[in-house]
Amino acid sequence: MSAPRPIGVLRTTLVLMRKDLLIEWRTRARLNALVFFAMATLLLFSFALGPDTRLLERNAGGYLWLAILFASVLSLGESFRVEAENACLDGVRLAPSDARAIFLSKALGNTALLVALGVLLIPVMVALFGVKIVLGLGDLGLTLVLGCLALSAPGTVYSAIASNARARDVLLPLLLFPLIVPSLLAAAKATTLVLQGDPMHQLGSWFGLLSGFNLIYWGLGFLLFPKVIED
Amino acid sequence: MGKLLHRVLPGVAVVLLVAGAYLGLFWAPPDREMGDVQRIMYVHVPAVWMALLALTLNFCCSVTYLFKPSWKTDAMAEASAEVGLLFGTVGVLLGSIWGRPTWGVYWTWDPRITTAAIMLVAYVGYLALRRFVEDPEKRAVWSAVVGIIAAVDVPIVWFSVRWWRSLHQVQSSPKTVDPLMVLPLRVSAFAFLALMIVFLARRYLIALAERNAEVALPEALPSDDPATRGGSGASKVVA
Amino acid sequence: MPPSSLGTALAFHDVSKRYGRTWALARLTYALPAGRSLLLTGHNGSGKTTLLRLVATALSPTAGQLQVLGRDSVTERDAVRREVGLLSHASFLYEDLSAHQNLVVLGRLLGLESPEDAAHALLTKVGLTRRSDSPVRHFSAGMRKRLAIGRLLMKKPALALLDEPFGELDPAGIRDMEGFIAELKAAGVTVVLATHLIEQGMTLCEERLHLQDGRAVAA
Repeated sequence: MSAPRPIGVLRTTLVLMRKDLLIEWRTRARLNALVFFAMATLLLFSFALGPDTRLLERNAGGYLWLAILFASVLSLGESFRVEAENACLDGVRLAPSDARAIFLSKALGNTALLVALGVLLIPVMVALFGVKIVLGLGDLGLTLVLGCLALSAPGTVYSAIASNARARDVLLPLLLFPLIVPSLLAAAKATTLVLQGDPMHQLGSWFGLLSGFNLIYWGLGFLLFPKVIED
Repeated sequence: MGKLLHRVLPGVAVVLLVAGAYLGLFWAPPDREMGDVQRIMYVHVPAVWMALLALTLNFCCSVTYLFKPSWKTDAMAEASAEVGLLFGTVGVLLGSIWGRPTWGVYWTWDPRITTAAIMLVAYVGYLALRRFVEDPEKRAVWSAVVGIIAAVDVPIVWFSVRWWRSLHQVQSSPKTVDPLMVLPLRVSAFAFLALMIVFLARRYLIALAERNAEVALPEALPSDDPATRGGSGASKVVA
Repeated sequence: MPPSSLGTALAFHDVSKRYGRTWALARLTYALPAGRSLLLTGHNGSGKTTLLRLVATALSPTAGQLQVLGRDSVTERDAVRREVGLLSHASFLYEDLSAHQNLVVLGRLLGLESPEDAAHALLTKVGLTRRSDSPVRHFSAGMRKRLAIGRLLMKKPALALLDEPFGELDPAGIRDMEGFIAELKAAGVTVVLATHLIEQGMTLCEERLHLQDGRAVAA
């Protein structure tokens, strides 16, 4: 029997990410809906909080991250719904592929999706709330990437759990929201600093904090995810 | 064992609670600044301590379960999360009542309070997960994973909130505890400890009974402990 | 160790599997000699699918031990997975990918040299060339079954587990499926077949195991 060499964790991750990307591309209507959902959320904040432009401007960073957070709940749920259809996750598992590669592919894929969403939302935020980007776009980009990484790793673990439980639509936010408070806080704070200037040079420490959270969340996810999806 | 748990320990808890309440309310002097309000400390602080103790136990059970699955560990994890949540809620409520006359508000975004609140929500999620998963093995594994992540998150929340708050000035009053306040606090703490052990043990026995009922069939089917993977069958079914 | 030296393809030692509160498989002890193929029969809910999923290591036993091709299904799970192909009720197919893409993804996961070519060859074999680029979402049940068997063949398993392979197929499809199974057997693959079509099954398999309420009974 011709036995091809088993592929490693990294290559498996890449194959799975490529597959997910292809599915996203072929169902881009779903993706568009997600973008408009997030934009509508941003818009609703300005309605809910009234026309006080100063208030909106001051809190723009927080609104941006709330919009990303709400969208992430949808995208995380979707990424395991795709695998649940026809038990595809079993097919991947039995191929066999390393469960850790499944975690990495889903978490990285979600990060990429959320970063892309953030990139689309930032101009909308600038227009809606009248903010100026005082520090560079580079800092804003770094904030976005670090924040989305910190949402995606625990989100992937919890989404895999919730997708198999009853009441999964309620369960995912219930599990995820308290958990990501620190990331959300740090990301929103860093964004605010980027938008309004950083006279006391605090941005670096917020980046450090976010990186630390990421290290812990990604480490835990990498270690624990196999337990979640194997019977 | 059973007598100690069902008779002696609850009795000890009641006696200590009464003694702690008496010492706290009548024996200890009122606080120099806060007056009688401060007496709530004798119940607030022990409640929070017990919550932390129970949730630490939950973390230990979660880690243990992943390495060595057993229904006992899972039952203890469930019991400790529930009891921890109970004491934590009591502690936060008492703290909030204490806060109203002291700070003028029920709630403030103090790192400790914020962390406590987030922690409580996280363990509500943990218990919800346990209700929503029917398969006992899956429930045990998943809740262990969630328990570990939630526990690791507690210090992270603490740090992030502290940094967040440090940008605003928060007045912090170093608490100098009068030696006369130590005794009632200590008695109260032991009372809560006894109470917690009673709750924990009872809840554990219920959880274990539930697990055993879930995993057993009327007919003598294999040992249901997931740890015992090795089959030791007496009667074999012949093909 | 080579599987043949053990003389058994499958060895169940007092294996049980519980879902929630029900035992899908209860204390099964059974050995399938190497080189023989097994027909699984039994009513719906008798435990056939559970047995196949246990052998495929999609599930692990609640109690007892299971050796697949001489390897333990829990401790040597990945090694077992590399040897075993499962055709299940769930097709393992991504609805939004085309037939070709579905096979290519598997080919890449298996580390094949040229997954595209392998996918083409298999699509020809299972008779789906004309629809190779349309998404699985638009496929009929029979076409899905054909693609699913293509997925199994791509893996070149040493042990093929077939759960109701004839279900949802038209007469031509059933003939083709019989051909694929005969071909697998000719190539030395051990086949475990669960089906309601006992006649077809009897001609393809040498051994038979009848399940009732998760227990083995004399057929």
